[in-house]
Amino acid sequence: MKKHWYDNLWVLSLTYLVLGFFNILFAWLGLLCFFIPLIISLAKGNKGYCNRYCGRGQLFGLLGGRFGLSRKRDIPAWMKSKAFRYGFLAFFLIMFCQMLWSTWLVFSGAQDLRQVVTLLWTFKLPWHWAYHGTVLHPGAAQFAFGFYSVMLTSTVLGFVTMVLFKPRSWCVYCPMGTMTQLICKAKQKKP
Amino acid sequence: MDALVRKRRRAFVEERDCVACGCCMKICPKTAISIWHGIAAKVDPETCVGCGKCARECPASVIEIREVTV
Ligand code: SF4
Ligand code: SF4
Ligand code: SF4
Repeated sequence: MKKHWYDNLWVLSLTYLVLGFFNILFAWLGLLCFFIPLIISLAKGNKGYCNRYCGRGQLFGLLGGRFGLSRKRDIPAWMKSKAFRYGFLAFFLIMFCQMLWSTWLVFSGAQDLRQVVTLLWTFKLPWHWAYHGTVLHPGAAQFAFGFYSVMLTSTVLGFVTMVLFKPRSWCVYCPMGTMTQLICKAKQKKP
Repeated sequence: MDALVRKRRRAFVEERDCVACGCCMKICPKTAISIWHGIAAKVDPETCVGCGKCARECPASVIEIREVTV
């Protein structure tokens, strides 16, 4: 097991989560974890992002592995079933669109900026301390709150399954992982 | 009696359930695993020594170590 520079990208993932507590606008950077895997899978037809660069996966691997915060049990069969993985991806995408919709509402002036981070699509946590105004439109801040909610929610879910099952259990049902694998499969079908 | 039959242990991936995360590839001390086109893990049977590290690491638990005769 040779060490590579990209084995330390978990530092960026951790920094990202911390920055969101200080200034929510940093949440925009999270788009990188969205576009890079998609671009890699679309352009090269592999899961290079998961296999090498994903800092979130590394973070779970580190906390659950080296720091021992995982029971290291097998994940239940239903969680690795295609039905659950694809279902979770669909649910995730629907919630993502809903987030884009509320961003649009703020941009269009139909709704005021809500300074909350929504955890697990349900719990609204006050997050006003991380918002110091913006020279941009409030809609840009709304997107930041929304995107950070997505990132925090997936981290919390990943953390729980890391503790219960194997360290990187999140990777089994991670929507980005599922989506990039689907893209690779589609590319393989029609070369 | 079966002194001529050598037994070896090797990793086998249930490819249908593999999520191609690459955790196994990262941990393998022999670099015997690659992720085939982002779809599933493939073990090189010549290189694998059956140590079982990948099986323990795999978050989906889809790797099995089996005995094979060579
Ligand atoms: S499955 Fe998700 S968390 Fe795991 S390595 Fe891929 S993108 Fe990262
Ligand atoms: S760790 Fe398991 S699920 Fe991930 S690529 Fe290897 S065999 Fe597949
Ligand atoms: S059993 Fe050991 S040598 Fe074989 S693929 Fe797994 S980690 Fe590599």
